[in-house]
Amino acid sequence: MSEYQTLNFADVSVGDSLPEQDIDITSGLVVSGALATRDYEPVHHDKSVAQAAGLPDVFMNILTSQALMTRFATDWSGPEAVVKSLDIKLGAPNVPGMVMKVTGQVTAKDGDSGVIDIAVTGENNIWGMHMAGTVQLALPQGA
Amino acid sequence: MTPEEIKAFEDQVYAYVGKRVCTATPAKDAVNDTMIRHWTEVMGDTNPAYTNPEWAAQSARGKTIAPPAMMYVWNQEGYAVASTGRPSDAQSDLVQLFNDNGYTGVLGTNVKQEYFAEASPGDQIVMEMVIDTISERKATARGTGYFYETLATFSNQDGVKLGTQRFRVLKFIPQEQPAAAKSDSALEVPTRIASPRGHDNKWWWEACDEGRVMIQRCTSCQTLRHPPRPMCGECQSTEWDAIESTLDGEVLSFTCLRHPAIPGYPKDPICAVIKLDEGTHLVANVVGCEYDDVSIGMRLKGKVEQVDEKTMLPQFYPA
Ligand SMILES: [Zn+2]
Repeated sequence: MSEYQTLNFADVSVGDSLPEQDIDITSGLVVSGALATRDYEPVHHDKSVAQAAGLPDVFMNILTSQALMTRFATDWSGPEAVVKSLDIKLGAPNVPGMVMKVTGQVTAKDGDSGVIDIAVTGENNIWGMHMAGTVQLALPQGA
Repeated sequence: MTPEEIKAFEDQVYAYVGKRVCTATPAKDAVNDTMIRHWTEVMGDTNPAYTNPEWAAQSARGKTIAPPAMMYVWNQEGYAVASTGRPSDAQSDLVQLFNDNGYTGVLGTNVKQEYFAEASPGDQIVMEMVIDTISERKATARGTGYFYETLATFSNQDGVKLGTQRFRVLKFIPQEQPAAAKSDSALEVPTRIASPRGHDNKWWWEACDEGRVMIQRCTSCQTLRHPPRPMCGECQSTEWDAIESTLDGEVLSFTCLRHPAIPGYPKDPICAVIKLDEGTHLVANVVGCEYDDVSIGMRLKGKVEQVDEKTMLPQFYPA
């Protein structure tokens, strides 16, 4: 019926790890991410403004980090999963030239609501923790 | 600032708690396929729920949806922010008040979005936002400051509540700022701690720099010893030479160093005491396999490799 599979609630166990993703932080991703989220703050597209703020280059905006965290969860779960919440603690900036490794693990399951909690961390290879938090997904209960 | 001045400043600051940043403002554009496609292309998100109408039609939803993380995107101010700046509102006024009093530093610390219903193309998203809380004055690693939290609420054209967003920002008096990068010099990549090279072991590390692992040998009784030291433990001779190890060996003991990541080092490295076939023991990393795959007695083959910009080290692989 479909090339896209979605995990059922019963398929998932607390402790399951999600496939890691390595995201290359490029100027293209930082600037395009800012524009795709309509975030025109100059620190996200103008290097001289970012440098005046004490950073070496333009840096990723929060809305892009949120997007990458959601994508990480739903790439794994499949498209019928419903994102219920996204809770991010922000850390070190993502600057062009870095690679962010995103990892995650299922930390809780709620049988009544079909909602699972996924603890997600995005660490870049230079400054460390860029984002850490929780994505909650509602998964189909299955047939 | 004197305590009286701080009090007067805080009276002004806390007057912002509960103030509206914006009242029910409809987004300039209805949720639409074009903006969703721009977003999914950049984010590399291939979820068909967002961009594949054929798939979506037969899915549980029956239609495409906007990526939930776009909830706040629809109401973004737009290019004016880059040119004429943000229009005056309670939040920008609060930020100005902080700036005028020396709290010029700004740092987003947390953002939490909750989603109650999904939006689809055609929906008109309406946002309301208030300044919800302002913390007491706090000393933080970044400097003394105040956390303020905005609460945004999103609804659709039918008044259905789609979600909320809490965004926490720290406004602080910057302490010594790291020097701004003035040039295009590359980012500084942390490297490993340099090996300590003393009188008795410098030669060992220099051989390592050239790709060889050496084992010290007593020239009087031929006993091999490692790590390097000045005198033979068997015959007390101080005369020695060295042989080159073939780096064939086996695991004598091993562990995984589960520690918060240390800059310059791989996370969760496998550290092993390796019994070299020559007979001496060497502590080194086992690489090229998972921790679960390592066992005592496992055969290994070593290679001296460059592990960062300036460090050569023996690394051992499953043989
Ligand atoms: Zn000896």
